[in-house]
Amino acid sequence: MQADAKIRTESATESGPRGPSCSLRHFACEQNLLSRPDGSASFLQGDTSVLAGVYGPAEVKVSKEIFNKATLEVILRPKIGLPGVAEKSRERLIRNTCEAVVLGTLHPRTSITVVLQVVSDAGSLLACCLNAACMALVDAGVPMRALFCGVTCALNADGTLVLDPTAKQEKEARAVLTLALDSVERKLLMSTTKGLYSDAELQQCLAAAQAASQHVFRFYRESLQRRYSKS
Amino acid sequence: MAEAGGITTESVAGDRARAARTMLDQVVLPGEELLLPEQEDAEGPGGAGERPLRLNAGTRSRGRVVCGPGLRRSGDRLLVTKCGRLRHKEPGGGSSGGGVYWVDSQQKRYVPVKGDHVIGIVTAKSGDIFKVDVGGSEPASLSYLAFEGATKRNRPNVQVGDLIYGQFVVANKDMEPEMVCIDSCGRASGMGVIGQDGLLFKVTLGLIRKLLAPDCEILQEVGKLYPLEIVFGMNGRIWVKAKTIQQTLILANILEACEHMTADQRKQIFSRLAES
Repeated sequence: MQADAKIRTESATESGPRGPSCSLRHFACEQNLLSRPDGSASFLQGDTSVLAGVYGPAEVKVSKEIFNKATLEVILRPKIGLPGVAEKSRERLIRNTCEAVVLGTLHPRTSITVVLQVVSDAGSLLACCLNAACMALVDAGVPMRALFCGVTCALNADGTLVLDPTAKQEKEARAVLTLALDSVERKLLMSTTKGLYSDAELQQCLAAAQAASQHVFRFYRESLQRRYSKS
Repeated sequence: MAEAGGITTESVAGDRARAARTMLDQVVLPGEELLLPEQEDAEGPGGAGERPLRLNAGTRSRGRVVCGPGLRRSGDRLLVTKCGRLRHKEPGGGSSGGGVYWVDSQQKRYVPVKGDHVIGIVTAKSGDIFKVDVGGSEPASLSYLAFEGATKRNRPNVQVGDLIYGQFVVANKDMEPEMVCIDSCGRASGMGVIGQDGLLFKVTLGLIRKLLAPDCEILQEVGKLYPLEIVFGMNGRIWVKAKTIQQTLILANILEACEHMTADQRKQIFSRLAES
């Protein structure tokens, strides 16, 4: 049924704000869990889990340095096997999003490296990677002009929209759209889509993603406030 | 075409800019904009009728507000660039100015700042300068003449691998950082090569600032425990030396753990150590 596809039951054990219209999976985040990187975060969305580590601003090889801003590198490692072309393209998407948000001009001739490790993949992987990267950048104290989040929408053959789809829903969907939005005005930073959809459906997905992103940003705020309240 | 429910009326506009004064000591996130006190009256209807509570009814002179770490100026507002608690310090004694605003964030990576005293490790000697690793994005340069009493004939005894305590004279994003081991009068005042033995370890930058705060009792309590020599570098490095290796290690562990302990837990540990 349409309604079932849209609304998922919530396992409300832990953090993650919920509204009656929000159909995002349960999410959780942990920061500063690795001792070597300058910043680290682990982000869980349902069963999808990604671990991110950020090093920077650090030394950069002369061949890679940019004279007036920081060189941002993203490395994505899949759970099994060697990284392939899919990982390379995801790395580029994440890098483009981060570059739009990180204030690289404050640290010229340095490198900021984001390393992402997929711990488990159960759908919406790219969105989870974006969220983990954002939390890790905040943890490392890299200056940013806004926060960003990733939201995945899947369009079924009958036109229903599912936010944060599982792997099975992604496979059966007619189109899967991943959108990255910023926190200041919910503007679109990056979009990558696969499949067939109309112009109106794109606008619909964008609106749904903007609404869902508010929940994600609220979750970021709560989790960061909890972290700073301990000190 | 089915619509994803409940999104139509929600406003998609970002957070409104808030008055800096109402956000003091609260956690702020990157991307938030803060209004300075003089602009609050002008906001009016745009701020949805919110008026910040004024504690002193007197008019505030429009002085120069200093924008500290974690904040950037964007137009006539402050843009938050790091996550942390917003702090404010009034300008001292009668001088005009709106004071300083900054964000207290927790960080591990150091970025060189002019005037900071840091502990560096000498990594290379090339001609007349030493290359010193200070934990930033590039090694700082230290001239051999920047030591007390050093002349071209009388070179300081510095080897690769030595620990140096010095301060930055040049540290900005465009140039290679330079440090010296003398102050502006030519005296060492505690800077220079750090002696033999002891232990160098790394902590977060926030912990160093906490330990160096004037009202911090941790250092006095540690001093009562064992006699020790200690050097704090603003780049997150601490060098500590006590009479025996065991005492040195205990002190290092205590200082590292101080970040996560509350005052009571700390007192318990100190009293337990003092007994043994």
